[in-house]
Amino acid sequence: MTVEAILFYVFGILAVVSALGMVLNIRNTVASAMSLVVTMVSLGAIYLLLEAYLVAVIQIMVYGGAIVVLFLFVVMLLNLSTDEFPPGKQRVAKLAVVIVGVAILAQVLVALGQAPLLVAQPEAVPEGFGGYRQLGLSLYTDYVLLVEMVSLLLLAAIVGALILAKRKID
Amino acid sequence: MLPLDHVIGLSAILFTIGVLGVATRRNLIVILMSIELMLNAANLAFVGFNRIWSQVEGVPAIDGHVFVLMVIAVAAAEVAVGLGILLSMFRNRDSVNVEEVNLLKW
Repeated sequence: MTVEAILFYVFGILAVVSALGMVLNIRNTVASAMSLVVTMVSLGAIYLLLEAYLVAVIQIMVYGGAIVVLFLFVVMLLNLSTDEFPPGKQRVAKLAVVIVGVAILAQVLVALGQAPLLVAQPEAVPEGFGGYRQLGLSLYTDYVLLVEMVSLLLLAAIVGALILAKRKID
Repeated sequence: MLPLDHVIGLSAILFTIGVLGVATRRNLIVILMSIELMLNAANLAFVGFNRIWSQVEGVPAIDGHVFVLMVIAVAAAEVAVGLGILLSMFRNRDSVNVEEVNLLKW
């Protein structure tokens, strides 16, 4: 087993454990958000191992730096240190969802174990793979329409968030 | 070399954890975080598949990374609007419990 594979398993286990910690932590929302940070940073490390350098940097900047801080900011604004709700009513439906989800996951994992559809040893990446030059060239030539659409979407999101956050629209 | 089967398996596991979080939790903040987790699992699958097919007949391919960037932008927009909805819900109901928001339920 190579160093890269060992690092992948370490960060993968870290990501799964902290994701479980986020979902299962029913007392403290701040701790949930912190677990989410650990998951995001572990995924960033895995992106580095997959030689997606620019994506790894953007993952850590945007998710670890911006989105989780936004979550923490809202938790602080609402003063929700604890999260103690009375027990819910739809226990059967939730149990059914859990069973179906785990069954689908098991099926996916079994299929991955059986079918050799993935190349176990992919060839070496071309020169400059995942760097800003290749990604930028692709973004602004092949996918320029997509970039424009995303800019429109972000504009709409800014306006929507402003209107929602306003107390009264006069 | 990385075990790429296991990268896709890790992506499936993270996605399932996100689905279970959305389905079982009642705190709207944690539900939004679980949605982020699912988007990240999809991103991991994109990056993993792009690593497998990093060049197609000698031509370098980067499309998976481009889609990851788009998903990150959509996730940022979704969090901004979702947290705005959460804030207005908290103002009206004084709670972030999603089971209390049942006006459209019959």
